[in-house]
Amino acid sequence: MITVQFFARYRETLGTDGERLQWDASLANVDDVRQQLLARGGVWEVLAEQNLMCARNQELCGLDEPITDDDEVAFFPTVTGG
Amino acid sequence: MAVRVQTAAFDPGAELNALHAANLGIGAVAGFVGYVRDFNDGQDVAGMFLEHAPGMTEKALEKIIIEAEQRWPLLRLDVLHRVGPLEPGEPIVFVGAASAHRDAAFDACRFVMDYLKTRAPFWKKETTPSGPRWVEGRASDQVAAGRWSENG
Repeated sequence: MITVQFFARYRETLGTDGERLQWDASLANVDDVRQQLLARGGVWEVLAEQNLMCARNQELCGLDEPITDDDEVAFFPTVTGG
Repeated sequence: MAVRVQTAAFDPGAELNALHAANLGIGAVAGFVGYVRDFNDGQDVAGMFLEHAPGMTEKALEKIIIEAEQRWPLLRLDVLHRVGPLEPGEPIVFVGAASAHRDAAFDACRFVMDYLKTRAPFWKKETTPSGPRWVEGRASDQVAAGRWSENG
């Protein structure tokens, strides 16, 4: 299983702060997780945004970042701190 | 070197003074304080909520500090960021850098802010007369952060 988290506007749009997903080799990288969620359609299309940011195991990464079982993946809008 | 993410208010003057901390090798201290404004993007702002990603946010800030320490000879570098509800006029972020000479302190301070703006998981939600709204990222912040990789 992997853990997927959503923050800020994505959390509000999706109505959840995250979920657990079954992991298998077809989820090779962060983008594969995003595509699986996008395929649900509706509100999930927010994850198609061009300025989407993501993280693996609490570190910012690119969509091509490889993942494996027990990983934690997060999707969020462009950060706006400071 | 310290990273703090907290809901409690802070005193920027006290933070700046603490940087020297009787280290007589420190000849320069530079500080940056960011404040909540009462107007943004064409609308009055009555307040805001700062969301973060506990764990991930602290890690991201620590990574930025480590990178700054690799680039400049720093004797101390503190980052303090508030989260939760904030009102206009309140300090929201503090970055303080201490070094033997001014260049490292000035540059590290700016570097940390530029990277924090684009790489630290914080999100602002403003309260406006037409309701709450999420602040969108600015292209100018990406340009500011990009400067450091071009020159470095």
